[in-house]
Amino acid sequence: MNSIPLWIEVVIAVLLVASGGLAVTAALGVVRLKDFFQRMHPPALANTLGAWCVCLGSIIYFSALDGGLTLQAWIVNLLLAITAPVTTVLLARAALFRKRQRGEHVPPPLANIGR
Amino acid sequence: MSPFLTNVTYFTAGCYVLAIALALWRLLRGPSAQDRVLALDLIYVNGLLIVLVLGIRYASQMYFEAALLMALFGFLTSTALAKFLLRGEVVE
Repeated sequence: MNSIPLWIEVVIAVLLVASGGLAVTAALGVVRLKDFFQRMHPPALANTLGAWCVCLGSIIYFSALDGGLTLQAWIVNLLLAITAPVTTVLLARAALFRKRQRGEHVPPPLANIGR
Repeated sequence: MSPFLTNVTYFTAGCYVLAIALALWRLLRGPSAQDRVLALDLIYVNGLLIVLVLGIRYASQMYFEAALLMALFGFLTSTALAKFLLRGEVVE
């Protein structure tokens, strides 16, 4: 295995540490925020920038190791970018439906606004 | 792999483990069912990131396929659970 230069290692380390901090921030937000609709927001940190930083670090590492462009990690990000909004929208609709059924104070349905 | 980068990967994996522990607290505590689904989704994403970091640590490309499968199954479980909360049945 050939070794990689120090400055590339530093770039990878910065990306990895940033990703770890973002993941902890997202989990702290999920624990500490008061309402469910507030709690829906922090996981997007881990889903987008956290995953992007790790994938970028992985791409840089394997590209430096192999001496060519290695883009396999990209597809994980692509899949996350497609699937995360679908999950979020379905979960928000489910939460709205359940809260409405329970008679809690939630925004009115959009269909009734124009009437 | 240099000791510097090895330690950084361990630190990052430790951060993800901490995030999983916090999300697990929300999963066990969560007042409503949708909170638990949200926490499970976050746990899935953090596990995926751990696998990616392990791929960097051991310099192996095989970890990408595991991460891909985890992304796919995390999406499937979260969507199925959200559908279940929405209608009471998964397949209509």
